Amino acid sequence: MPMSHVADTRAGEAAAELKPPALERSRVAAQLASLVSSPTNIVLTLLALAIAYAALVPAVRFLVVDAVWTGVDREACLASTAGRPVGACWPFVFNRIGFFVYGQYPIAERWRVNVTALIAMVLIAWALAPSLPRRGIAVFLFFVPFPIVAFLLLTGSTALGLEPVPTNLWGGVLVTVTISLLGMVVSLPLGTVLALGRRSSMPIVRLVCVVLIEVIRGVPLIALLFMANRMLPLFLSPGMQPDSLLRVIVGVCLFASASMAEVIRGGLQALPKGQYEAAQSLGLGYWPMMLLIILPQALKLVIPGIVNTFISLFKDTTLVTIVGIFDFLTAVEVSANVPQWSSPVTSVTGYAFAAMFYFACCYAMSRYSLAMERRLATESR
Amino acid sequence: MFGDGAERPPKGSLTGNPAVRAAFFQILLVVALVALGWWAAGNVAANLRAANIATGFGFLWDPANFDITQSLISYNASMSYGRALLVGLLNTLLVSAIGIVLATLLGFVVGIARLSKNVLVAKLAQIYVELLRNVPLLLQLLFWYNAVLKPLPGPRQSLELGGGALLNNRGLFLPTIDAPAGGPAALAGLGVAALACAALVLWNRRRVEATGRSVPVLPIAIALLVALPAVSLALFGGAISLNYPELRGFNVAGGVTLLPEFVALLLGLVLYTAAFIAEIVRAGIVSVSKGQTEAAEALGLRRGLVTRLVIVPQALRLIIPPLTGQYLNLTKNSSLAVAIGYPELVQVGAGPVLQNTGQALEVISLIMLVYLIISLVTSLVMNLYNRRIALVER
Repeated sequence: MPMSHVADTRAGEAAAELKPPALERSRVAAQLASLVSSPTNIVLTLLALAIAYAALVPAVRFLVVDAVWTGVDREACLASTAGRPVGACWPFVFNRIGFFVYGQYPIAERWRVNVTALIAMVLIAWALAPSLPRRGIAVFLFFVPFPIVAFLLLTGSTALGLEPVPTNLWGGVLVTVTISLLGMVVSLPLGTVLALGRRSSMPIVRLVCVVLIEVIRGVPLIALLFMANRMLPLFLSPGMQPDSLLRVIVGVCLFASASMAEVIRGGLQALPKGQYEAAQSLGLGYWPMMLLIILPQALKLVIPGIVNTFISLFKDTTLVTIVGIFDFLTAVEVSANVPQWSSPVTSVTGYAFAAMFYFACCYAMSRYSLAMERRLATESR
Repeated sequence: MFGDGAERPPKGSLTGNPAVRAAFFQILLVVALVALGWWAAGNVAANLRAANIATGFGFLWDPANFDITQSLISYNASMSYGRALLVGLLNTLLVSAIGIVLATLLGFVVGIARLSKNVLVAKLAQIYVELLRNVPLLLQLLFWYNAVLKPLPGPRQSLELGGGALLNNRGLFLPTIDAPAGGPAALAGLGVAALACAALVLWNRRRVEATGRSVPVLPIAIALLVALPAVSLALFGGAISLNYPELRGFNVAGGVTLLPEFVALLLGLVLYTAAFIAEIVRAGIVSVSKGQTEAAEALGLRRGLVTRLVIVPQALRLIIPPLTGQYLNLTKNSSLAVAIGYPELVQVGAGPVLQNTGQALEVISLIMLVYLIISLVTSLVMNLYNRRIALVER
């Protein structure tokens, strides 16, 4: 049949007679039919409907139908005031949103956080959008000058006329994003070095890197955070005690670097051996070979893996709340217990809002990683 | 492999010789590490002296003086710190083991559901995966514990879950089976039945290889597993009786009690990890090329046999390594119990033990060492299994 089809087309005359086979059913109809195609499928459909009903209806009721949208304090969110069962207490979120985002960062100085966030967003968008030109510049700006500018802006400096803000006033999304971005900025170069070390021909270098990577990956992040929080001060001389935010950042950076090292190692291994040999036959030494030939290709190969590592890092930053750092989740937890808002629904409302925030961020990033994966798959073809 | 210009012939000067340079860099690294260690050790000694904190692991034998809410071995406050940490470790292993079994079951169900031709089932599974994967586990644990389990009514208004199970703010109460008089005999019957089943499977495998014909193994096995214990129970007497939890006074007695912390942790770990396992299972099944299914069907295998003999063995090869990673993640994530107060290793260690003794160095090193050992043992076991099912290439 295909043979005769080709022959017909080549002949050119009979082609017009061949109509495309009519679709028996539209896509929607086919999908609907799949719901009831067999007795088992009918049972499965009913089961799925029951599960969806049991999960969806209470969620929509709580978040939208029964929710309270206006009010100034907890009174608005009590069933006795509303005269009906109440769902989410949204005025609580509207009222505390500043605290969620900035923590106790002085209100007059919050513009500094906004400026830093704006710079970061522009640089990240520039570096990640495949269609924009000169993305290398954005990457360089993000990894080298940006951390310095951000540090000066956020902590303040009297020389520049910016009032110093100690890190114990930082909080909320500011801390969550600071920790994750710093983890990223540190873990990419450090992870690269560890990955190269793990594949080095020098046995001692390899041993040190393998032990470091495997030990860090073998223990829970919580244990690393406790280590950074309680053990790190012991290792340092009494004169140089880091503040608690910095300690936790050290723990997160170690953890992120070890994960990143394994992702990058995957990229190094995936690269054909011919690339190494070609570079060596050109007479390039180790570092020129790595920096000019190998790493640019290997890192590009693992962009999806790097984004996925960042997603887990972003979720894992919630753990800092356990060692007493004031991140977004802590801000939500603390707010739910302030007397002005404390009610039976406040804490669930807070969790729902936090879940939406994390979901929006992580889902967007995972979509980007998926798109990059598809793009890389077509490019390499 | 690709060291400093490894392919270049050695030149006259020492700096140009790759072997010399490699040795130099490695000696430099060792010296730097030793210096760093020396400096840190000096600081540790000075800091500990200044804070007047004891050193060494002697504290493990001192009385702990705190209670633990859940313990698999006998424990009370007069026992040692070492015993308390052991209780924590056993609790970690308990929640991880149950969690791994449940997460695997749920993960496989959801992963297969994602590939269902039934649109509704596939979409529902997809929503589950995306929703659970993209929300931090800690947030989910806090939600289950603070928002779901804690506001439950007290024992007097317990929710009845059916089958005699009760749920209230003191935990989940499940019925247990009382050991009847013929219990040991029934257990022995079960053991014999299990052995018989294993023999049956082996015999049938040989028979299939020799003659191509198979006996219905599954029905026979089920019949054996049910009949033998039942017969021995009937012979040795003793009806099976369930010990139902019931309200006595202000609390529930009887049955087995699962603490709300345990239930919340297990629920959170299972639901979160299952989402990741589902993705692994889906990827594994999708990776088996369609030609394999078609070839198996062309050989005349029934649908169930195609899945069991052709698709699953090939998919498992891709599923096992990342699945191992998820099992380890679940075990490590059980340490998030610190946030809700389930007494596992990190909660006991970094909580009361660390507060009472102040010996951060020893306690945290011990915790990290235990997790490393768990990681290594799990990787070892799974690697052995993986080697058994790995593709044997000629």
